[in-house]
Amino acid sequence: MNSKTEAFLTQQVPMAWAEVGKSHKHESAVLHVLGEATYTDDIPEAQGTLHAALGLSSKAHANILSMDLEPVRRMPGVVAVYTHKDIPGTNDCGPIIHDDPILSPGLVQYIGQPIFIVVAKSHEQARRAARKAVIEYEELPAILTPQAARDAQSFVVPPMHLARGDAQAAFERSKHRLKGELQVGGQEQFYLEGQIAYAVPKEGDGMHVYCSTQHPTEMQHVVAHALHRHSHDIVVECRRMGGAFGGKESQSALWAACAAISAARTKRPVKLRADRDDDMMVTGKRHCFYYEYEIGYGDDGRISAAKVQMVSRAGFSADLSAPVATRAVCHFDNTYYLGDVDIRAMCGKTNTQSNTAFRGFGGPQGAIAIEYIVDEIARNLGMDALDVRKINFYGRNDEEGRNVTQYGQKIVDNVIHELVEQLVSESDYRKRRDEINAFNATSPVLKRGLALTPVKFGIAFNVTHFNQAGALVHVYTDGSVLVNHGGTEMGQGINTKVCQVVAHELGISLDLVRASATNTSKVANTSATAASTGADLNGKAAQDAAHTIRKRLAEFAVKLHGGAVEDVRFEAGQIVVNGSAVPFPELVQKAYMARVQLWSDGFYATPGLHWDPKTMSGNPFSYYAYGASVSEVVVDTLTGEWKLLKVNALYDAGQSLNPAIDVGQVEGAFVQGMGWLTTEELWWNASGKLMTHAPSTYKIPGVSDCPENFDIRLFKNRNVTDSIHRSKAVGEPPLLLPFSVFLAIRDACSSVANHKFNPPLRAPATSEAILNAISAVQELAQG
Amino acid sequence: MSEPIRFFYRGEVHTVAQGAPTRTLLQHLREDLHCTGTKEGCAEGDCGACTVVVAELQPNGEVAMQSVNSCIQFVPTLDGKAVFTVEDLQQADGALHPVQEALVECHGSQCGFCTPGFAMSLWSLYLKQEGQTEAPCRKTIDETLSGNLCRCTGYRPIIDAARRMGELPAVQFDRAALKTALQALQRDAMFSYSHDGQTFYAPRTLAELAALRADKPNATIVAGSTDVGLWVTKQMRDLGDMIYVRMVKELHDIETRDGMLHIGAAVNLNDAYGAVCEHYKDELTEMWQRFASQPIRNTGTLGGSVANGSPIGDSAPWMIALGAEIVLRSAQGQRVLPLEKFYLDYMKKDWQPGEFVEAVRIPLPRQGVQFRTYKLAKRYDQDISAVCGAYAITLDDAGIVGDAHIAYGGMAATSRRAPQAEAALNGKPWNEQNLLLAMAALAKDYTPLTDMRASADYRMKTAQNLLRRFWLETRPDGAMPIQSINAFNYAEGGAAA
Repeated sequence: MNSKTEAFLTQQVPMAWAEVGKSHKHESAVLHVLGEATYTDDIPEAQGTLHAALGLSSKAHANILSMDLEPVRRMPGVVAVYTHKDIPGTNDCGPIIHDDPILSPGLVQYIGQPIFIVVAKSHEQARRAARKAVIEYEELPAILTPQAARDAQSFVVPPMHLARGDAQAAFERSKHRLKGELQVGGQEQFYLEGQIAYAVPKEGDGMHVYCSTQHPTEMQHVVAHALHRHSHDIVVECRRMGGAFGGKESQSALWAACAAISAARTKRPVKLRADRDDDMMVTGKRHCFYYEYEIGYGDDGRISAAKVQMVSRAGFSADLSAPVATRAVCHFDNTYYLGDVDIRAMCGKTNTQSNTAFRGFGGPQGAIAIEYIVDEIARNLGMDALDVRKINFYGRNDEEGRNVTQYGQKIVDNVIHELVEQLVSESDYRKRRDEINAFNATSPVLKRGLALTPVKFGIAFNVTHFNQAGALVHVYTDGSVLVNHGGTEMGQGINTKVCQVVAHELGISLDLVRASATNTSKVANTSATAASTGADLNGKAAQDAAHTIRKRLAEFAVKLHGGAVEDVRFEAGQIVVNGSAVPFPELVQKAYMARVQLWSDGFYATPGLHWDPKTMSGNPFSYYAYGASVSEVVVDTLTGEWKLLKVNALYDAGQSLNPAIDVGQVEGAFVQGMGWLTTEELWWNASGKLMTHAPSTYKIPGVSDCPENFDIRLFKNRNVTDSIHRSKAVGEPPLLLPFSVFLAIRDACSSVANHKFNPPLRAPATSEAILNAISAVQELAQG
Repeated sequence: MSEPIRFFYRGEVHTVAQGAPTRTLLQHLREDLHCTGTKEGCAEGDCGACTVVVAELQPNGEVAMQSVNSCIQFVPTLDGKAVFTVEDLQQADGALHPVQEALVECHGSQCGFCTPGFAMSLWSLYLKQEGQTEAPCRKTIDETLSGNLCRCTGYRPIIDAARRMGELPAVQFDRAALKTALQALQRDAMFSYSHDGQTFYAPRTLAELAALRADKPNATIVAGSTDVGLWVTKQMRDLGDMIYVRMVKELHDIETRDGMLHIGAAVNLNDAYGAVCEHYKDELTEMWQRFASQPIRNTGTLGGSVANGSPIGDSAPWMIALGAEIVLRSAQGQRVLPLEKFYLDYMKKDWQPGEFVEAVRIPLPRQGVQFRTYKLAKRYDQDISAVCGAYAITLDDAGIVGDAHIAYGGMAATSRRAPQAEAALNGKPWNEQNLLLAMAALAKDYTPLTDMRASADYRMKTAQNLLRRFWLETRPDGAMPIQSINAFNYAEGGAAA
């Protein structure tokens, strides 16, 4: 059982030597600015390298009646063309369920589905040739929206249900009730570096695949299965990615598999780099969700019953849709105790790209619904939404109660009360609310809006066995250190943090520690770098490895200098033992001569986790990360255009491993989440063709969208859970912070009728969606 | 006869004698020169990962150094110019350039893939800021970086780096040496480069161009290649022979004559808008800032934009509203048309055989004329309009409207005028009652489409509301400042920088 003091640990622990907790620059920062950081496409090509491109379906749902690939073969530079029949092993790249063909076996299920591979002497020749196939289709009816999938009972996995208490009875007993619906669009990851894999055949059955992927081990498995070879034949390597955001967790598999199949068949190195349009046409995105909800609440705004049905657009195959929906169900509460709960989640099978992981992984989709609902409760009661939020916050401890989630996990680290209080004060929220009301009263066209939204995000993979990691630490005789771990670097700074952990453990400065490329032949059976767990898991594993070496060195130092092993200190590049200080390289050199093992593996498995997918209950999370933000916007009621004026945000990174990197993650996630909820609109035409498949049509935030007043701070806290140096994860949770932008826009929309009506605002809140919401409010006001 | 392409690169004259004329600079850098610092993010000039700096001698003899999207720039267009990539920034002693140092210090990179492009855009700003002690303002930074997308940082640390770079010990760039090198590369005669039966021509004079055009009526005319580039990289079109017009001296003219501003067809968008905004600062500066991005404006031309005539182009509506003219040239001579007469139907224009755009002519401000143009898009930076409205009316002392010119992009198959809305206003008082009639008349003037940018309903409704904005800004009885009716220009209380 926890108490307030345990939940909220502001006390920082002083450390004699601290390479953790400092704002070290990203380990690749200098390489980045020099243009010397090597991405997969920058690796010098081996002699004889060929280039591949994919031939894509132009129908959303159809049987292929005939396919003439001769025109493709006749194009200049073409070396080979492969279809599903040329795959030596299994034609599947589904991460969980095997419903995801690498190349269509005759049925196409979305526009953009790969049908064949063309291999040519140059990238451009392959792309030109890929368009020349003549394919005859027999079209079948297509399902394009989640609602249509639900109506047709077309799902990629069985529907999920989580219930606590009797929500229907509680709803009927409630003083106030509301019902509504909400639609939240999907989001393209838009990693700047597109999908790419480069497969180089090795002797025997060997295949080395350089791949931009968050999940090298899964790529290894997919390639092994596709080639009908053993895992030990396949090496997958990734030095870094040019962004991933979840889009290279499962969906790098297609590219890795196609490159490897082509390399195996041609016995030559083959690179497959997706053109941006192909990438966006082929790969899945964040799931869009459609919700219907019923909520019961009291005069004070406290929620007593919550019923919600959510259906996502899964796309044509399961991919990661089930765990995404699970996380949505587990985040529908956000920071609130909801009383009796009934949540149903469905993964609608649609004839569109197979949707996949994207930063937040269903968490944002779960939590935005309840924030939208709380916003409505406040308007219905004429209260400030902040007060409705506060009265619904989870209790801090057993004495306060209301501290168990709908899936049965007790919350022992709740700091949302303190965090929001601090933010309210720092942002001057109450005063600004008054100023905005005064402004709106005299401004006929422009209306300002304000919102504060909180975040609670569960950290760990819902699937327990993924919560493990391994690392290798080598100390060389000159005192330099090389770290390898199972995590992948996609810009988030995992290598910087892991190197900091190792430097800290060995008492040496960070510049002596280097991380090498993630490689399945070094650390085996790794988990995806996902679920915000990268630094948590791999940091712990690397610490374990470094600790083993430290222990051996301490024992050796005591042998040389006397004293007790537990008194030996590693700091400032020295080993302090029994009154002597020995430079690290000197001790290492002596240890080597004395045949002390100077490298070690390390391993970590997050303790205390369990999850029962049947009952949707358990302790899926190691801890929670918290945050909150206040956003102020101005909306143009003539056009629906808007501008973000000011942001204040607080994020709970625990005892941050690297404040500069963590602030960078929070800011980046904020702007990315804002894009999801505002300018980034995926638009399919009536035949099911995605028409927003390039940056010319799909608009991620640009430089002008970064508010000039952008005040992001880290909340002073230590993790109650024994995480790596009591830090907290930072990858995904801040993506939920810009809910405040969306609800500030909604606040501004509702001001046109004095906040009496709930604007039906969909996400993304494009200018058009905003103008529609304003018009709807004006119509309601006119009765 | 074909000659090798020559441009200045890495301190020496670099020659290219092989490869298709449509090979992009990015392909050349990455695939031929194995110089992989410059990245491909979209191959359509939108994300900026491929940004390099191109230096060229301007007609006035000075060197211009500007950010360019190498992914849509054809290699032969670089003949006689200089190319700088991210690899050129590091100092001879190995030290980082202040642009790079500032990015590192400010934690301006995460995944790092967009970083070389940002570094080059920032370097172009650094060169412009030489000798200035003040840090660039946010507006300048936004303009500089409007063509660079970052998906990781949210931009704040990069904006900080833009402010920080000038505070670091300065690094001088030797422009004089570059000027000398460029002068040595200039050609007097037409340049042509052939490969595999396809020829790229770069005539030097208007007469050469006219003769060449007459001789090669099917050749593709290329100016900034900000659209033609995509025909190749995205549509895989075969361009056939190409005629590059940006080396034609006469097409760089900017001059005022007979109450009109003449802008040659080879003048880039930045210089063209710069010249126009000297006369229409309040009315057109925002459009300038929102028109594409800095690197696109550095290469794209107003002439090319007008010749291309996209129905969603942002310049045609305001030019039509002002009564601009297009000057067409062929070997037979010159033909001048009101711009609105040039657009016949969707992507169909009034071309006579052998014609090309020589210039556009924009009327200078006239007393009593109220003129505005507004753009609606999903994003402020570098986005294609859903609707673009332009309005020019005369108002007499009694507040009566005359000579209404209302034109829209995004509402029809071409940018075109709204005759019924104009009729509803001409000769009437500029009041709300007549405004409402004109707004209603727009529904008779246009039948817009639904597509990924906006629905037909939104297009119509906002086309009407933009006309209302125009009225709010120009009504004789208490016009409102744009800051109070345009979210992007909102500036009250200093909240918006």
